[in-house]
Amino acid sequence: MVGNKERKSAEASSLKVNANIFAAFFRIGLLGFGGGPSAIPLFHIEAVKKYKWMTDDEFGDTLALANTMPGPIATKMAGYIGYRINGVIGCLVALFASVMPTVLMMILLLGILQKYKGVEWVNSMSQAVVPVVGVMLAVLTWDFLKKSGQSLGWLRAIILTVLAVILMEVLSIHPAFLIVALLIFVFIPSKKGGEAP
Amino acid sequence: MIYWSIFLAFFIPGILGYGGGPASIPLVEKEVVDRYGWMTTQEFGEVLAIGNALPGPIATKMAGYIGYMEGGVLGSAVALFATIAPSLLLMLVLMVTLLKYKDSPQVKNITKLIRPVIAVLLGAMTVQFFITSTESSGAVQTIILTIISFWMLEVKKVHPAFVILLAIVYGGVAGLI
Repeated sequence: MVGNKERKSAEASSLKVNANIFAAFFRIGLLGFGGGPSAIPLFHIEAVKKYKWMTDDEFGDTLALANTMPGPIATKMAGYIGYRINGVIGCLVALFASVMPTVLMMILLLGILQKYKGVEWVNSMSQAVVPVVGVMLAVLTWDFLKKSGQSLGWLRAIILTVLAVILMEVLSIHPAFLIVALLIFVFIPSKKGGEAP
Repeated sequence: MIYWSIFLAFFIPGILGYGGGPASIPLVEKEVVDRYGWMTTQEFGEVLAIGNALPGPIATKMAGYIGYMEGGVLGSAVALFATIAPSLLLMLVLMVTLLKYKDSPQVKNITKLIRPVIAVLLGAMTVQFFITSTESSGAVQTIILTIISFWMLEVKKVHPAFVILLAIVYGGVAGLI
Protein backbone atom coordinates (compact mmCIF):
# COMPACT_ATOMS: atom_id res chain seq x y z
CA MET A 1 0.00 0.00 0.00
CA VAL A 2 2.86 2.38 0.75
CA GLY A 3 5.06 3.51 -2.19
CA ASN A 4 8.83 3.86 -2.01
CA LYS A 5 8.85 7.62 -1.67
CA GLU A 6 6.11 7.58 0.88
CA ARG A 7 7.84 4.88 2.85
CA LYS A 8 10.77 7.11 3.81
CA SER A 9 8.62 9.90 5.14
CA ALA A 10 6.45 7.31 6.85
CA GLU A 11 9.48 5.95 8.66
CA ALA A 12 10.55 9.42 9.66
CA SER A 13 7.16 10.21 11.10
CA SER A 14 6.85 6.79 12.71
CA LEU A 15 8.79 8.03 15.70
CA LYS A 16 6.44 10.91 16.15
CA VAL A 17 3.44 8.61 15.83
CA ASN A 18 4.87 6.32 18.47
CA ALA A 19 5.55 9.28 20.73
CA ASN A 20 1.93 10.36 20.34
CA ILE A 21 0.68 6.85 21.08
CA PHE A 22 2.86 6.71 24.15
CA ALA A 23 1.71 10.12 25.40
CA ALA A 24 -1.98 9.32 24.86
CA PHE A 25 -1.98 6.00 26.69
CA PHE A 26 0.38 7.22 29.37
CA ARG A 27 -2.09 9.97 30.22
CA ILE A 28 -5.01 7.51 30.22
CA GLY A 29 -3.08 5.16 32.49
CA LEU A 30 -2.24 7.86 35.00
CA LEU A 31 -5.56 9.68 35.04
CA GLY A 32 -7.92 6.71 35.06
CA PHE A 33 -8.76 5.97 38.67
CA GLY A 34 -11.05 3.06 39.44
CA GLY A 35 -9.74 0.51 36.97
CA GLY A 36 -10.04 0.11 33.22
CA PRO A 37 -13.82 0.49 32.73
CA SER A 38 -13.77 3.93 34.35
CA ALA A 39 -11.04 5.02 31.92
CA ILE A 40 -13.20 4.52 28.83
CA PRO A 41 -14.18 8.20 28.53
CA LEU A 42 -10.47 9.05 28.62
CA PHE A 43 -9.83 6.71 25.70
CA HIS A 44 -12.53 8.52 23.80
CA ILE A 45 -10.99 11.93 24.48
CA GLU A 46 -7.52 10.86 23.30
CA ALA A 47 -8.35 8.59 20.36
CA VAL A 48 -11.34 10.43 18.88
CA LYS A 49 -11.22 14.03 20.00
CA LYS A 50 -7.55 14.81 20.39
CA TYR A 51 -5.65 12.69 17.86
CA LYS A 52 -8.56 11.77 15.57
CA TRP A 53 -7.25 8.23 15.18
CA MET A 54 -10.80 6.97 14.78
CA THR A 55 -14.34 8.24 14.33
CA ASP A 56 -17.05 8.08 16.96
CA ASP A 57 -18.61 5.08 15.24
CA GLU A 58 -15.34 3.21 14.99
CA PHE A 59 -14.71 3.89 18.65
CA GLY A 60 -18.15 2.55 19.52
CA ASP A 61 -17.51 -0.59 17.47
CA THR A 62 -14.15 -1.15 19.12
CA LEU A 63 -15.66 -0.76 22.57
CA ALA A 64 -18.53 -3.13 21.78
CA LEU A 65 -16.08 -5.66 20.43
CA ALA A 66 -13.78 -5.36 23.42
CA ASN A 67 -16.76 -5.94 25.67
CA THR A 68 -17.59 -9.26 24.04
CA MET A 69 -14.12 -10.57 24.90
CA PRO A 70 -12.94 -11.57 28.37
CA GLY A 71 -10.03 -9.90 30.16
CA PRO A 72 -9.23 -6.32 31.12
CA ILE A 73 -10.93 -3.75 28.92
CA ALA A 74 -8.19 -1.09 29.06
CA THR A 75 -5.47 -3.26 27.57
CA LYS A 76 -7.77 -4.59 24.85
CA MET A 77 -8.60 -1.03 23.84
CA ALA A 78 -5.00 0.19 24.07
CA GLY A 79 -3.59 -2.79 22.19
CA TYR A 80 -6.16 -2.63 19.45
CA ILE A 81 -6.02 1.14 18.92
CA GLY A 82 -2.20 1.07 18.99
CA TYR A 83 -2.22 -1.75 16.43
CA ARG A 84 -4.55 0.14 14.12
CA ILE A 85 -2.36 3.23 14.15
CA ASN A 86 1.08 1.68 13.83
CA GLY A 87 0.97 -2.12 13.62
CA VAL A 88 2.70 -4.37 16.13
CA ILE A 89 5.05 -1.60 17.30
CA GLY A 90 2.12 0.72 17.92
CA CYS A 91 0.37 -2.03 19.84
CA LEU A 92 3.38 -2.63 22.08
CA VAL A 93 3.98 1.08 22.68
CA ALA A 94 0.33 1.58 23.69
CA LEU A 95 0.37 -1.42 26.05
CA PHE A 96 3.67 -0.40 27.62
CA ALA A 97 2.47 3.16 28.22
CA SER A 98 -0.81 2.13 29.80
CA VAL A 99 0.54 -0.67 32.00
CA MET A 100 4.09 0.08 33.12
CA PRO A 101 3.83 3.34 35.07
CA THR A 102 1.28 2.01 37.53
CA VAL A 103 2.88 -1.44 37.83
CA LEU A 104 6.13 0.25 38.83
CA MET A 105 4.30 2.39 41.38
CA MET A 106 2.69 -0.75 42.83
CA ILE A 107 6.03 -2.53 43.19
CA LEU A 108 7.57 0.55 44.82
CA LEU A 109 4.75 1.27 47.30
CA LEU A 110 4.09 -2.34 48.29
CA GLY A 111 7.82 -2.96 48.48
CA ILE A 112 8.11 -0.27 51.13
CA LEU A 113 5.13 -1.75 52.99
CA GLN A 114 6.64 -5.25 52.93
CA LYS A 115 9.92 -3.97 54.33
CA TYR A 116 8.32 -2.67 57.50
CA LYS A 117 5.93 -5.58 57.83
CA GLY A 118 7.19 -6.63 61.27
CA VAL A 119 6.58 -3.21 62.80
CA GLU A 120 3.38 -3.18 64.85
CA TRP A 121 1.90 0.08 63.56
CA VAL A 122 2.64 -0.74 59.91
CA ASN A 123 0.85 -4.03 60.34
CA SER A 124 -2.06 -2.19 61.91
CA MET A 125 -2.12 0.09 58.84
CA SER A 126 -2.70 -2.78 56.47
CA GLN A 127 -5.30 -4.33 58.76
CA ALA A 128 -7.32 -1.12 58.74
CA VAL A 129 -7.45 -1.20 54.95
CA VAL A 130 -9.11 -4.64 54.79
CA PRO A 131 -12.67 -3.52 55.70
CA VAL A 132 -12.39 -0.60 53.25
CA VAL A 133 -11.59 -3.04 50.48
CA GLY A 134 -14.51 -5.13 51.74
CA VAL A 135 -16.83 -2.18 51.23
CA MET A 136 -15.46 -1.54 47.75
CA LEU A 137 -15.98 -5.20 46.84
CA ALA A 138 -19.49 -5.14 48.29
CA VAL A 139 -20.31 -2.14 46.11
CA LEU A 140 -18.82 -3.86 43.08
CA THR A 141 -20.85 -7.00 43.88
CA TRP A 142 -24.05 -5.00 44.06
CA ASP A 143 -23.11 -3.28 40.81
CA PHE A 144 -22.77 -6.62 39.01
CA LEU A 145 -26.01 -7.93 40.56
CA LYS A 146 -27.94 -4.80 39.59
CA LYS A 147 -26.68 -4.95 36.01
CA SER A 148 -27.60 -8.66 35.88
CA GLY A 149 -31.10 -7.87 37.06
CA GLN A 150 -31.48 -5.11 34.51
CA SER A 151 -30.22 -7.09 31.54
CA LEU A 152 -31.52 -10.59 32.30
CA GLY A 153 -34.62 -9.72 34.26
CA TRP A 154 -34.60 -10.21 38.03
CA LEU A 155 -36.11 -13.70 38.07
CA ARG A 156 -33.52 -15.18 35.72
CA ALA A 157 -30.72 -13.23 37.38
CA ILE A 158 -31.69 -14.55 40.82
CA ILE A 159 -31.98 -18.15 39.59
CA LEU A 160 -28.54 -17.93 38.00
CA THR A 161 -27.10 -16.28 41.10
CA VAL A 162 -28.48 -18.96 43.44
CA LEU A 163 -27.24 -21.66 41.09
CA ALA A 164 -23.80 -20.08 41.06
CA VAL A 165 -23.73 -19.89 44.87
CA ILE A 166 -24.64 -23.57 45.18
CA LEU A 167 -22.15 -24.74 42.56
CA MET A 168 -19.18 -22.58 43.48
CA GLU A 169 -19.54 -21.91 47.19
CA VAL A 170 -21.33 -25.02 48.47
CA LEU A 171 -20.01 -27.65 46.07
CA SER A 172 -16.69 -25.79 45.55
CA ILE A 173 -16.67 -26.19 41.79
CA HIS A 174 -14.02 -24.03 40.09
CA PRO A 175 -15.63 -21.00 38.39
CA ALA A 176 -13.94 -21.99 35.11
CA PHE A 177 -16.30 -24.94 34.71
CA LEU A 178 -19.36 -22.82 35.29
CA ILE A 179 -18.24 -20.08 32.90
CA VAL A 180 -17.30 -22.56 30.17
CA ALA A 181 -20.64 -24.35 30.65
CA LEU A 182 -22.45 -21.04 30.24
CA LEU A 183 -20.43 -20.26 27.10
CA ILE A 184 -21.44 -23.60 25.60
CA PHE A 185 -25.04 -23.03 26.66
CA VAL A 186 -25.11 -19.65 24.90
CA PHE A 187 -24.12 -21.14 21.56
CA ILE A 188 -26.42 -24.16 21.68
CA PRO A 189 -29.45 -23.30 19.58
CA SER A 190 -32.23 -23.52 22.15
CA LYS A 191 -35.36 -25.41 21.16
CA LYS A 192 -37.53 -23.70 23.71
CA GLY A 193 -36.28 -20.27 22.69
CA GLY A 194 -35.55 -19.68 26.35
CA GLU A 195 -32.77 -17.23 25.62
CA ALA A 196 -34.66 -14.13 24.67
CA PRO A 197 -32.37 -11.14 24.16
CA MET B 1 8.22 -24.33 37.44
CA ILE B 2 7.22 -21.01 38.92
CA TYR B 3 6.82 -19.15 35.61
CA TRP B 4 4.39 -21.72 34.32
CA SER B 5 2.34 -21.40 37.54
CA ILE B 6 2.40 -17.60 37.22
CA PHE B 7 1.30 -17.87 33.62
CA LEU B 8 -1.62 -20.15 34.51
CA ALA B 9 -2.64 -18.08 37.53
CA PHE B 10 -3.21 -15.05 35.32
CA PHE B 11 -4.11 -16.73 32.07
CA ILE B 12 -7.24 -18.34 33.54
CA PRO B 13 -8.67 -15.08 34.97
CA GLY B 14 -7.67 -13.37 31.72
CA ILE B 15 -9.81 -15.63 29.55
CA LEU B 16 -12.69 -16.09 32.03
CA GLY B 17 -13.12 -12.55 33.32
CA TYR B 18 -16.03 -11.24 31.29
CA GLY B 19 -16.79 -7.68 32.32
CA GLY B 20 -13.34 -6.07 32.32
CA GLY B 21 -10.56 -6.05 34.87
CA PRO B 22 -12.74 -5.85 38.01
CA ALA B 23 -14.47 -9.09 36.96
CA SER B 24 -11.17 -10.90 37.04
CA ILE B 25 -10.30 -9.81 40.62
CA PRO B 26 -12.09 -12.71 42.36
CA LEU B 27 -10.71 -15.13 39.77
CA VAL B 28 -7.18 -13.91 40.46
CA GLU B 29 -7.80 -14.24 44.20
CA LYS B 30 -8.96 -17.82 43.69
CA GLU B 31 -5.70 -18.71 41.96
CA VAL B 32 -3.27 -16.64 44.01
CA VAL B 33 -4.70 -17.21 47.51
CA ASP B 34 -6.68 -20.48 47.34
CA ARG B 35 -4.79 -22.47 44.76
CA TYR B 36 -1.13 -21.45 44.87
CA GLY B 37 -1.07 -19.97 48.38
CA TRP B 38 1.28 -17.16 47.33
CA MET B 39 -0.41 -14.74 49.72
CA THR B 40 -3.02 -14.59 52.48
CA THR B 41 -6.39 -12.88 52.09
CA GLN B 42 -5.08 -9.91 54.05
CA GLU B 43 -2.01 -9.56 51.85
CA PHE B 44 -4.23 -9.81 48.79
CA GLY B 45 -6.34 -7.07 50.37
CA GLU B 46 -3.29 -4.84 50.72
CA VAL B 47 -2.43 -5.33 47.06
CA LEU B 48 -6.01 -4.62 46.08
CA ALA B 49 -6.17 -1.54 48.31
CA ILE B 50 -2.98 -0.02 46.93
CA GLY B 51 -4.12 -1.02 43.45
CA ASN B 52 -7.41 0.79 43.96
CA ALA B 53 -5.64 3.86 45.29
CA LEU B 54 -3.47 4.10 42.18
CA PRO B 55 -4.70 5.00 38.71
CA GLY B 56 -4.66 2.68 35.70
CA PRO B 57 -6.18 -0.71 34.89
CA ILE B 58 -6.58 -2.86 38.02
CA ALA B 59 -5.95 -6.29 36.47
CA THR B 60 -2.50 -5.40 35.16
CA LYS B 61 -1.47 -3.66 38.38
CA MET B 62 -2.28 -6.83 40.34
CA ALA B 63 -0.67 -9.13 37.77
CA GLY B 64 2.47 -7.01 37.45
CA TYR B 65 2.96 -6.83 41.20
CA ILE B 66 2.11 -10.41 42.14
CA GLY B 67 4.19 -11.71 39.24
CA TYR B 68 7.10 -9.60 40.47
CA MET B 69 6.76 -10.92 44.03
CA GLU B 70 6.77 -14.54 42.87
CA GLY B 71 9.25 -14.43 40.01
CA GLY B 72 11.03 -11.07 39.82
CA VAL B 73 11.06 -9.00 36.66
CA LEU B 74 10.54 -12.03 34.44
CA GLY B 75 7.65 -13.19 36.63
CA SER B 76 6.09 -9.77 36.31
CA ALA B 77 6.45 -9.89 32.52
CA VAL B 78 4.95 -13.39 32.38
CA ALA B 79 1.97 -12.37 34.53
CA LEU B 80 1.33 -9.26 32.41
CA PHE B 81 1.62 -11.26 29.20
CA ALA B 82 -0.83 -13.88 30.47
CA THR B 83 -3.30 -11.17 31.49
CA ILE B 84 -3.12 -9.10 28.33
CA ALA B 85 -2.17 -11.28 25.39
CA PRO B 86 -4.89 -13.95 25.06
CA SER B 87 -7.90 -11.67 24.74
CA LEU B 88 -6.02 -8.98 22.80
CA LEU B 89 -4.71 -11.51 20.26
CA LEU B 90 -8.18 -13.00 19.89
CA MET B 91 -9.56 -9.53 19.32
CA LEU B 92 -6.94 -8.65 16.69
CA VAL B 93 -7.19 -11.97 14.87
CA LEU B 94 -10.95 -12.23 14.92
CA MET B 95 -11.58 -8.53 14.28
CA VAL B 96 -13.41 -8.95 11.00
CA THR B 97 -15.50 -11.90 12.12
CA LEU B 98 -16.24 -10.35 15.49
CA LEU B 99 -17.39 -7.06 14.03
CA LYS B 100 -19.99 -9.01 12.11
CA TYR B 101 -21.26 -10.75 15.24
CA LYS B 102 -20.91 -8.01 17.82
CA ASP B 103 -24.64 -7.35 17.72
CA SER B 104 -25.71 -11.00 17.59
CA PRO B 105 -27.88 -12.02 20.54
CA GLN B 106 -25.61 -14.95 21.43
CA VAL B 107 -22.53 -12.78 21.76
CA LYS B 108 -24.45 -10.24 23.79
CA ASN B 109 -25.76 -13.02 26.02
CA ILE B 110 -22.26 -14.11 27.00
CA THR B 111 -21.57 -11.12 29.22
CA LYS B 112 -25.15 -11.06 30.49
CA LEU B 113 -25.12 -14.69 31.61
CA ILE B 114 -21.66 -14.59 33.12
CA ARG B 115 -22.32 -11.43 35.11
CA PRO B 116 -24.25 -13.19 37.94
CA VAL B 117 -21.41 -15.70 38.29
CA ILE B 118 -18.93 -12.86 38.68
CA ALA B 119 -21.29 -11.22 41.17
CA VAL B 120 -21.30 -14.39 43.29
CA LEU B 121 -17.50 -14.58 43.17
CA LEU B 122 -17.25 -10.94 44.21
CA GLY B 123 -19.80 -11.51 46.97
CA ALA B 124 -17.90 -14.50 48.33
CA MET B 125 -14.72 -12.45 48.30
CA THR B 126 -16.45 -9.63 50.14
CA VAL B 127 -17.53 -12.00 52.91
CA GLN B 128 -14.00 -13.36 53.13
CA PHE B 129 -12.60 -9.86 53.57
CA PHE B 130 -14.96 -9.05 56.41
CA ILE B 131 -14.13 -12.35 58.12
CA THR B 132 -10.40 -11.65 57.79
CA SER B 133 -10.88 -8.17 59.15
CA THR B 134 -12.91 -9.39 62.12
CA GLU B 135 -10.22 -11.94 62.94
CA SER B 136 -7.37 -9.43 62.79
CA SER B 137 -8.91 -6.12 63.90
CA GLY B 138 -11.86 -7.35 65.95
CA ALA B 139 -15.58 -6.99 65.26
CA VAL B 140 -16.00 -3.49 66.69
CA GLN B 141 -13.16 -1.97 64.67
CA THR B 142 -14.37 -3.73 61.53
CA ILE B 143 -17.92 -2.45 61.92
CA ILE B 144 -16.78 1.11 62.59
CA LEU B 145 -14.38 1.13 59.64
CA THR B 146 -17.00 -0.45 57.40
CA ILE B 147 -19.68 2.08 58.23
CA ILE B 148 -17.36 5.07 57.92
CA SER B 149 -15.83 3.94 54.65
CA PHE B 150 -19.23 3.07 53.19
CA TRP B 151 -20.53 6.50 54.17
CA MET B 152 -17.51 8.24 52.66
CA LEU B 153 -17.36 6.19 49.46
CA GLU B 154 -21.04 5.86 48.63
CA VAL B 155 -22.85 8.71 50.36
CA LYS B 156 -20.22 11.44 50.22
CA LYS B 157 -18.57 10.06 47.05
CA VAL B 158 -15.08 10.71 48.41
CA HIS B 159 -12.31 9.52 46.09
CA PRO B 160 -11.29 5.88 46.91
CA ALA B 161 -7.61 6.82 47.01
CA PHE B 162 -8.37 9.30 49.77
CA VAL B 163 -10.46 6.84 51.79
CA ILE B 164 -7.71 4.22 51.60
CA LEU B 165 -5.15 6.81 52.67
CA LEU B 166 -7.30 7.76 55.67
CA ALA B 167 -7.68 4.11 56.66
CA ILE B 168 -3.91 3.68 56.47
CA VAL B 169 -3.32 6.74 58.65
CA TYR B 170 -5.98 5.59 61.11
CA GLY B 171 -4.43 2.12 61.28
CA GLY B 172 -0.99 3.58 61.87
CA VAL B 173 -2.19 5.82 64.69
CA ALA B 174 -4.26 3.03 66.26
CA GLY B 175 -1.23 0.75 66.11
CA LEU B 176 0.93 3.29 67.94
CA ILE B 177 -1.50 3.72 70.81
